[in-house]
Amino acid sequence: MAYKQFILVCGGTGCESSKADDIFKELHAQAEAQGVAKDVQIVKTGCFGFCEKGPIVKVLPAESFYVEVKPADAKEIIAEQIIKGREVTRLLYQDDSNAKRIKTEEIGFYQKQYRIVLRNCGIINPENIDEYIAREGYIGLEKALFEYKQDGVIAELKKSGLRGRGGAGFPTWRKWEFSRGPVSDQKYVVCNADEGDPGAYMDRSTIEGDPHSVLEAMTVCGYTIGASKGFVYIRAEYPLAIERLKIAIKQAREYGLLGDNILGSGFSFDIEIRLGAGAFVCGEETALLQSIEGNRGMPIPRPPFPAIKGLWGKPTVINNVETWANIPVILTRGGDWFAKIGTETSKGTKVFALTGKIKNSGLVEVPMGTTLREIIYDIGGGIKSGKKFLGAQTGGPSGGIITAEYLDTPIDYESLTSLGSMMGSGGLIVMDEDDCVVDVSKFYMEFCVDESCGKCSPCRIGTAQMHDIVEKITKGLGKLEDLDKLEKIGHALKRAALCGLGQTAPNPTLSTIKRFREVYLEHINGTCRSGKCKDLVTYSIDKNKCIGCSLCARKCPVNCISGSKTEKYTIDASKCIKCGECFAVCKFSAVLKK
Amino acid sequence: MAKMTLDQLRKLREETKGEMTRRETEGKEIQVIVGMGTCGIAAGAKESFDAIVKAVDEFKIGANVVIRQTGCMGLCHVEPTVEVIVPGMPATIYGRVDAAVAADIVRKHLVDHKMVNGHIYDRPAIDIISK
Repeated sequence: MAYKQFILVCGGTGCESSKADDIFKELHAQAEAQGVAKDVQIVKTGCFGFCEKGPIVKVLPAESFYVEVKPADAKEIIAEQIIKGREVTRLLYQDDSNAKRIKTEEIGFYQKQYRIVLRNCGIINPENIDEYIAREGYIGLEKALFEYKQDGVIAELKKSGLRGRGGAGFPTWRKWEFSRGPVSDQKYVVCNADEGDPGAYMDRSTIEGDPHSVLEAMTVCGYTIGASKGFVYIRAEYPLAIERLKIAIKQAREYGLLGDNILGSGFSFDIEIRLGAGAFVCGEETALLQSIEGNRGMPIPRPPFPAIKGLWGKPTVINNVETWANIPVILTRGGDWFAKIGTETSKGTKVFALTGKIKNSGLVEVPMGTTLREIIYDIGGGIKSGKKFLGAQTGGPSGGIITAEYLDTPIDYESLTSLGSMMGSGGLIVMDEDDCVVDVSKFYMEFCVDESCGKCSPCRIGTAQMHDIVEKITKGLGKLEDLDKLEKIGHALKRAALCGLGQTAPNPTLSTIKRFREVYLEHINGTCRSGKCKDLVTYSIDKNKCIGCSLCARKCPVNCISGSKTEKYTIDASKCIKCGECFAVCKFSAVLKK
Repeated sequence: MAKMTLDQLRKLREETKGEMTRRETEGKEIQVIVGMGTCGIAAGAKESFDAIVKAVDEFKIGANVVIRQTGCMGLCHVEPTVEVIVPGMPATIYGRVDAAVAADIVRKHLVDHKMVNGHIYDRPAIDIISK
C-alpha cells in the first residue's frame, strides 16, 4: 500500500530540543486514532534551517511549510490537512522580514534562496549537453544571433543591470561596449575561473555543475564584441571542473555550438582552456592576462583597461564565472525580468559560500538585498553549538568583518562597501565568540604576504610590515602606537598599491581595528579572551573544583597533565601546547583558561 | 552528431525537454541522482553511487531505475546528497548518504515506496526553469 501523503518533521538538533520528538509521536498517534495511518507516512528529517522558528513540519506533496509547531497541533494537521486537504493556515510560515527589497512574485515563499546562477547545479548531468539544452540551454545564444543582434544584447544587459560578480561590481554591459567599440583584427573573451579567496568555491561548483552556461555566455560575448576566440583561465587544482569543461567544449563543438559558422549564422567562435598554477594574484585581471600570454603572473597598471587593450594588446572582455552564468538567463528571460530581482543598485542574485561556525554550511544563492541574518539564521540554521555570533567575513582577504549590529543590513555592493567590507567573490565565513579577530586579521595578512607578487613596493613591503605588527600584537608584545601605525600603513597601501590585491589587503585589519578596537587593546594588555592567541593563554587546574576524574590527563595529546584521584591534577605549563583540549572536556569547569 | 542548424537545436530542445519533464513528473521510471561535485566525491559520493548500483541489482529493479550524476546541490553540510524521484511520490533529497544509507534508500524508498527516516533535506530553492 503506497502512501499518498508525507509529513516531514524536522529532526535537526535545534528542533529536537524544541519538542520535535513529541510532535513526531503525537502525529503518529493522531494518524492512528483518526484512521489514516495507512495513507500518510510520518518521517523525521535532517535540519531544514529556520531553526529559530522550529520545530518545522512540512507536508508533501502539498508543500505546506509549518513553523513553531506544538505537539497539540498534530491533531489539527491530521484532521484538516491529511483528511480534508486543507492547510492549517495559522501555522504557515509568514515572511516577517521588513527588508525593503524588490522581489519577484515567485519568492513570496518560505525559501530564501533563488537560484539563477545555480539553476542547473544539482539538477542536470553536467557531462550531458542534451540536459543543458533541455532546460532552456542555448536559447540565449539563439536569441543573440538571430533576434537581438549585437545592439540588442548590449541593450538587454543594460536593462538587466548586471554587474561583475568578481568583486568590484562594474556594469557588465559597459565593459562589453568598451570592447565592442574599437576596430581590431582580433579580440578576445576571457573567463576568470581563478578562484582563490579562502573559503570561496562557488565558481568551481558552477563549472562542475553547469559548464555550458559559461560557454554559452562567452560565445554570446564573442558575437557581440566581434571576437572569435575565448579562453577559460582556471586553476589546475580544480581537476574535476577542468574535466567537465573539456567534455562540455567537445560536445558544444560536435553540435556546432562552438566552431565555424555557429548554427548557420556565419559567426565563428572557439574556446580554449588555460590552466593557472594557483597564484592568488592571477585572479587580478591584468595578471591573469599576463599569465595566459605565458608571462609571469604580475599585474600591469590600468588604464588602459583590458577592455581596450588586453590579451596580446587586443580588446578583451574578462568576466568572472558567476557573471557569465547569469547571462544566458538574462537573454532568455529578458533584462527586465532580471532587473526585478535585487535592490535598486544591485540586480539579480549573489552566490555565497557559507562556511565557518555555521550549522548548515553550503552554497547559497539569494537575491541581492537579502540580509545577513536571513542567510546565517534562516538558511544556515544559525551558529553551530549555539555560541554567540561574533561576525562574518565577506570578501575573503579583501573584505572585512561585519558585526552583529549590521546583521539586518540588506546586502548589496554599496552596503558592504559602506561597512568597510566588500562583496568580493562571495566567501562568507561565520565566526563565533571562540574566534579571535586579531588572529583572523593575522591569518589574512599572512595570506596577502604569501600571495603578493612583489612587483610594487607598497604591497610587497606594506603587507609584510602590517603582518609583523599584527603578529607582535598576537604575542602580547604590541604597543598602543602600533594600532596607529597599522592604520597609517593600511591607508597608504590602499592608495599606493598597483592592483586590487594590495589595495584591499589592509581591509581585514582595518575593519577589525575599527569594529573591535577593545579586543586589540586587550591583546596589547596581554590577554586574548578567546584563547586563540596561544602566547597569551595559560591553562591551569582549580584544585578545589577538580574531582580527579583523569579525563583531561587522558585527553592531553602531549601528556603534560599529571596527578591522581587523591592529589588532583596539575598541568605542566612548560610542556603545554595550549590546544585547549582539557578545557573543552572538563565537565566540572576545573580547567581555567587565562 | 553532425553540426546543427537552428531548427535542429530547437527540435532537440523540445524532444529532450519532454523527456526530462516526463521523467520528473508522471514518468514510469525511477530516477536516482547522485551529487558528484568535488565536494560530494570527497565526502564519499562514489561509494554511495556504487552501493546504489549494487542494491538496485540485488532487488532486480534495474530495468526501471536510472542512476545519474549531477553537480553540487549546495548542501555541503550533508554531503553526499542523493535525489530520488519515484512516480507517485514527491521528489526527495537525502543527505549524509553513506553506503549503508544508500542501500536503505533503495530497499525502502525505491522498492517499498517509503521515505527513509532522518536523512531527508529540503530542496534549497524552487526551480526557475520548470516555472
